[in-house]
Amino acid sequence: MSYDAFRHFADSWGLVFMGFVYLVLVGWAFLPRNRNRNRDAANMIFKDADHG
Amino acid sequence: MDDLLVRTGGWLALAVLAVFAVAVSADFGFSVHMAIVAAAAFLVMMLTLRNADYNPVQAVTGPDQSRYDDEPIRWGVIATIFWGVAGLAAGLYIALQLAFPVLNLGLEYTSFGRLRPLHTSAVIFAFGGNALIATSFYVVQRTCRARLAFPNLARFVFWGYQLFIVLAATGYLLGITESREYAEPEWYVDIWLTIVWVAYLAVFVGTIVKRREPHIYVANWFYLSFIITIAMLHVVNNLSIPVSLVGSKSYSLFAGVQDALTQWWYGHNAVGFFLTAGFLAMMYYFVPKQAERPIYSYRLSIIHFWSLIFLYIWAGPHHLHYTALPDWAQTLGMVFSVILWMPSWGGMINGLMTLNGAWDKVRTDPIIRMMVMALAFYGMATFEGPMLSIKAVNSLSHYTDWTVGHVHAGALGWNGMITFACVYYLAPRLWGRTRLYSLRMINWHFWLATLGIVLYAASMWVAGIMQGLMWREYGADGYLVYSFAEVVQAMIPLYLIRAAGGLFYLTGFLIMVWNIVQTVRGRLRDEKPLTDAAFDPAKDRPLPALALGRTNGPLGAPSPATIVAAE
Repeated sequence: MSYDAFRHFADSWGLVFMGFVYLVLVGWAFLPRNRNRNRDAANMIFKDADHG
Repeated sequence: MDDLLVRTGGWLALAVLAVFAVAVSADFGFSVHMAIVAAAAFLVMMLTLRNADYNPVQAVTGPDQSRYDDEPIRWGVIATIFWGVAGLAAGLYIALQLAFPVLNLGLEYTSFGRLRPLHTSAVIFAFGGNALIATSFYVVQRTCRARLAFPNLARFVFWGYQLFIVLAATGYLLGITESREYAEPEWYVDIWLTIVWVAYLAVFVGTIVKRREPHIYVANWFYLSFIITIAMLHVVNNLSIPVSLVGSKSYSLFAGVQDALTQWWYGHNAVGFFLTAGFLAMMYYFVPKQAERPIYSYRLSIIHFWSLIFLYIWAGPHHLHYTALPDWAQTLGMVFSVILWMPSWGGMINGLMTLNGAWDKVRTDPIIRMMVMALAFYGMATFEGPMLSIKAVNSLSHYTDWTVGHVHAGALGWNGMITFACVYYLAPRLWGRTRLYSLRMINWHFWLATLGIVLYAASMWVAGIMQGLMWREYGADGYLVYSFAEVVQAMIPLYLIRAAGGLFYLTGFLIMVWNIVQTVRGRLRDEKPLTDAAFDPAKDRPLPALALGRTNGPLGAPSPATIVAAE
């Protein structure tokens, strides 16, 4: 792939792909069924007895 | 026994090899460095022999898996404090050199150009790096609820990293440098750091793999992104060809503008992933722990994480505005820097809102107060950064002391304050003390540090803007109004204010050193507690039953009840 083709891929489909991956990763956290998991994860650090 | 022979033999071979390298070295600096390596290898060999288990009955039980491995963390906290003093003292000294050039002492070894990278590397990589390694080992064990994986490798990471620091620092004084900002060490030191860093990754990932908790807590995501990204940045930016395999000089694989862009892709992401992602990992564990409340929004922390990962890596070109770098690349760097403002503030809000419903702790708990100040400076620095990356602003601010002020608001305010808070949190727990030696001394540290930052940042804003305006001022005839030396002269009062700020900050740090040393020794300072529920012994008595319902007390005196009723 030439530099020019690579550069044009980067600011078209490459950018779309990265944006899509980002939305999937962030969207995952917003799924309603993950609400309890998020709450448990946030409180997980208080389970440990050693060193409070 | 065979294993012991192989290990000590290996260290001895390394020491002998280093001695040979001293003999055939191409330059003086390389000889000094190889002598240090030989001494270190020899020392490790001696210690391996001395601490070996000579019991003929081989112990089959490994370390107690029901206890956390805190030994390297204790070392890490001590190293953080030690290098912190060195780095801050070096910073104060070079600040004074700018105001009083005589302090260069007329020696090449103590000139500003050599001490400046010593200061930056000491505070970023020695102070900050040790804090990151120590806290990451602490947090990954607690959040995975598993003992540290590969205990010997973890100890190698700690001591290997100290050797890297010593080689880097002595190299700067000897004039060994690649001249790449924040990546000054030469090729052989870079190779050594790569080995140490891969070992660090192995220990960290190994602990995550053996975790007893199903979920990987978000602080570990930040630590892992910091470790992986720094490895990638370090390797790519330091691709170079040594002039001689027994010499300290090398040349970069890239040339011209590609070299500059690689350097600032590295340089800005060192800020993004070393000084931001790593320290945010501390924030996401220690702020909720100290506040005893879960993080405000776990979802926001995930958005914060992925946004930083996706955006930071593109921001580097803003260091090369109005240079030979293609215009589109400069604009790209600027746009991504401005977008970065949002996730940064999301993270700051997430940290601050964790205190929602417990804001009184800012008054009663000096560690929380430090954390809040750190987050406030994270917010300020991540607002100022995008603003400075805008081309029009950058045309004024670039090459001036405004940039220096911005960096220090972030480094002293955010990285420094959050690290202090973590050290105060860790010290009593790591050494098994009931509490710190003194809570009131944290308060003194807090105010000295805050005052120091305010003096520093304010003087550098004034200095930078003044400098930028003086440099660009044209007279009616089209000539520059000021010569460079006139601008330098105008800066002297501001340099003095900056040095005063640094002195305050260092003094606060020394108070912390004393506090931690006394805590480790098991002392408790006899002091008034920071807060107490109000107690008045005069009011602490029962109301006599007789007094109720009467206008006068039994002896004719008005009873408390009637007085209240009358009012």
